[in-house]
Amino acid sequence: MRQDRLIGCAAAAVLAVLPLVFDNPYTLSVVILTLLYAYLALSWNIIGGIAGQLSLGHAAYFGIGGYTSTYLFLTYGLSPWLGMLAGAVLASAAAALIGLPCFRLRGAYFALATLAAAVILRVIVENSHELLGGPRGMEVRLLHDAPWYFQHTRKEFYYAVVVALVAVALFANYAVLRSRFGYYLTAIRNDEEAALALGVNARRCKLQAAVLSAALTAVGGTFYAQYVLFISPDKVFGGHLSVQIAVICIIGGRGTLWGPALGALLLLPAEEVARFVTGGAPGAAMMLYGLLLMVVIRFEPRGLIALARRATGCRAAPRAGVEVA
Amino acid sequence: MELLEYRGVAKHFGGLRAIEEVSFHVGEGEIVGLIGPNGAGKTTLFAMASGFQPTTRGEVWFAGRRIDGRPPPEICRLGLARTFQIVRPFGEMSMLDNVMVGAFLRHPDRPRAHDRAVAVLERFGMADRLEQPARTLTLAGRKRLEVAKALATEPRLLLLDEVMAGLTPVETAEMMDLIRTVRRGGTTVLLVEHNMHAVMRLCDRVVVIHHGRKICDSDPATVAADPDVIAAYLGEDED
Repeated sequence: MRQDRLIGCAAAAVLAVLPLVFDNPYTLSVVILTLLYAYLALSWNIIGGIAGQLSLGHAAYFGIGGYTSTYLFLTYGLSPWLGMLAGAVLASAAAALIGLPCFRLRGAYFALATLAAAVILRVIVENSHELLGGPRGMEVRLLHDAPWYFQHTRKEFYYAVVVALVAVALFANYAVLRSRFGYYLTAIRNDEEAALALGVNARRCKLQAAVLSAALTAVGGTFYAQYVLFISPDKVFGGHLSVQIAVICIIGGRGTLWGPALGALLLLPAEEVARFVTGGAPGAAMMLYGLLLMVVIRFEPRGLIALARRATGCRAAPRAGVEVA
Repeated sequence: MELLEYRGVAKHFGGLRAIEEVSFHVGEGEIVGLIGPNGAGKTTLFAMASGFQPTTRGEVWFAGRRIDGRPPPEICRLGLARTFQIVRPFGEMSMLDNVMVGAFLRHPDRPRAHDRAVAVLERFGMADRLEQPARTLTLAGRKRLEVAKALATEPRLLLLDEVMAGLTPVETAEMMDLIRTVRRGGTTVLLVEHNMHAVMRLCDRVVVIHHGRKICDSDPATVAADPDVIAAYLGEDED
């Protein structure tokens, strides 16, 4: 716990000086994207890591977040800051709707059901030509320097926002892990029936975790829409994104506080390097993810964070990682 | 006062009649043994009382409420906790965290649950390895942990499913002491057990199940001398 605070302070210090060091826009954009994925992996961690429910449909919530704020902004001129909250509420509702029937399913069946839910949502959006722009997506109207409308020409603005988001997600994970709720979710991941026998209402806990995770993910979707100023179904509802979020968290160390962020910190820059080395060959990033996933699952299924802990001589935290049957 | 009562309970799995018809009760403060040959339906009876299986016929009552068919967490909240025959520790969690999951039921805030869990583990003589991951425990340790987790929910009735199976004689004796301590703490105990020596010494009353029916329900000495019980365990003449 003291260790967690120490790492937190160190990370905050590094993040504070980072934009001063990386003042070229390309590097800063990689940093922002890395932090966005750290945020998404942390959001996923609550349901996928701590509660151990392998969701492969988180793009659905990301897309809901981006589309809700953008739609409300373009149609009613509502500030995306408020649209972001609306998106979070909508994504929570979607998570409850998807979760209620799907939590009856276990393991791979649950993963497939969440995957299907995201695909269905994508198809719906792709066919909403008039309302949501169909497959071509939507552009966020340019206002240039309008921080109250979640827009700015300087990347440092987005950097500050995404750092705040990561801090919120870290705090959410920390609070969950230390509460009864987190103990219950961890118990459910380990053995759901044994948890039931100790009075844990597993369905309700999983549903709450799914809702919290979805709401956080949706906020990430709004951030993405405002940062890129353009969203389309294949970008924000794509299966690629769902898998990427989950894989980052698993490689980093699911169910842990620092694992998801660590995963993003290593994978996103690695992806950039791979793109550079292969000259932007399509699929290079996915191959990298697949390879790393195989290596990690084979040698340390509890993720890189467990490796890091071993290397630094710290005993693995009792709640860290996953057991592979 | 009767704390737990099976009223004409039957359980069929398709064509298999696991429980034909069983009625018996457990009184407040008793230690009752539930015995019978393998496959007699003892674990099924536990599953029906703890919400993991619905009954096919009949009712299960606990502390004046009908409980069969209710979800397991609700039954646990009412004060009936069970252990599993094949122990189910939360493997990645420490011993302390395992027991805290149980303690959280009555104490939602973390420091209180922590203190309660430590107190339970102290009673179980396991307070010296609070941080040990549960998956690294020996079988005896896992069995103790299984009981500790259930006890941390502060039940009125504890259902123990073969908590002495596979233990050495010394470990068995320790477990028997533990069960007596549990009862002294005000918790009623119903236990399924194959270790006859332990059952005879520990229980106030023994219920014998054979082929899904109750064949005997009496004090240990009477049960041990009952011809039907002897026949059930040693086999009957071929018909």
